[in-house]
Amino acid sequence: METLNFRFEQGRRRLKAAPELVGVVSSGNLEVLIENVDLKGACAIEIKTAARGFGAIWEAVVGDFQQRWQLADARISINDMGATPAVVSLRLDQAVEAMVEEGA
Amino acid sequence: MSASYLEATARERILALLDAGSFNELLPPAQRVVSPHLGQLDAPVSFDDGVTIGEGLLGGRPVMAAAQEGGFMGGAVGEVHGAKLVGLIKRAIRKQVAGVVLLLETGGVRLHEANAGLIAVSEVMRAVLEARAAGIPVIVLVGGANGCFGGMGIVARCANTVIMSEEGRLAMSGPEVIETANGVEEFDSRDRALVWRTTGGKHRYLIGDCQQLVGDDTEAFRQAAMDALTALAQSGAPELTLAALESEQEMLRRRIATFGHAEDPMDIWAELGVERPETVPMLEAAAFTAMAQGLRIPFKA
Repeated sequence: METLNFRFEQGRRRLKAAPELVGVVSSGNLEVLIENVDLKGACAIEIKTAARGFGAIWEAVVGDFQQRWQLADARISINDMGATPAVVSLRLDQAVEAMVEEGA
Repeated sequence: MSASYLEATARERILALLDAGSFNELLPPAQRVVSPHLGQLDAPVSFDDGVTIGEGLLGGRPVMAAAQEGGFMGGAVGEVHGAKLVGLIKRAIRKQVAGVVLLLETGGVRLHEANAGLIAVSEVMRAVLEARAAGIPVIVLVGGANGCFGGMGIVARCANTVIMSEEGRLAMSGPEVIETANGVEEFDSRDRALVWRTTGGKHRYLIGDCQQLVGDDTEAFRQAAMDALTALAQSGAPELTLAALESEQEMLRRRIATFGHAEDPMDIWAELGVERPETVPMLEAAAFTAMAQGLRIPFKA
């Protein structure tokens, strides 16, 4: 297993209070837990992945993700079993879509 | 709108089962109660340890419900996973709810967790029997791709009611286990039609291991579970007595004596009086149930 942490400061978009979980920890898939936590406006992402050595790709995928959504006070926790970057992006978007407040 | 039960995740199934908006999850993923063993083995964990549990309403009646996620380690029962099921069932007894609904999809014990997993499954079994002794009916639903096997197969048959789809499977040892232990001549685990004929919902329905067969549809499962709960509420959940267990034992003894020689489940269906056993796998749930009327071995709770 490998643990990766990313943090993006000064997001704008707020999340609703209740956390959401999307996806399943199965082969080629992942689960994404997304929570509204006071992080002084930041979005913090922790990834635990079964596939070692893909840090640069994760960095690119979550960087694109935060560029799209600009999340503030968002804690995202991922358990991954070797999902491809496309699946990761899909799940991250799915998690946020379940969490963004109306009109945000 | 109809939706496949087979394709749904555990979380989607439990939400579709219960009355809209009534589900309140216990030990939700955000609490991060994960397996203490998998981390030591450097294996991925899941925030709910592969089972979603909680309370809600089914047709207006308060129930406790759990859904195993077949995608995570085949739905296998680890220490935390098992403890969540046991805690839920004990809570059902304490709160005197109308019933417990278990959406099982599992290969049985999570072997990574060794004795802790084995103990967990036996504790689930004991909890189901405690619920029944307390008059709380237990309803099991089986319709996931991984079926319901191992110790959890036994748990299913400890319940008052088992509801399955044709796609659902219920047995003790899985096909690969039987082939490995007894050889491919005994059971070819790669012959999918044979595997489903032997362990699938229709066979279980015909030989009295399941009470109701439904189509692969979340709404059909919900309706069947509601009907079962209503029936059990009206009749009162039957107590497990020594006489009832002895009669079940006698049914099993007769079953093995009558059908023990059969080479294929189709032989059994023919002996039960099914006119064209080869057509059974092609029948829709309603047509199949109508055909089986009066032929099948009755399910006894």
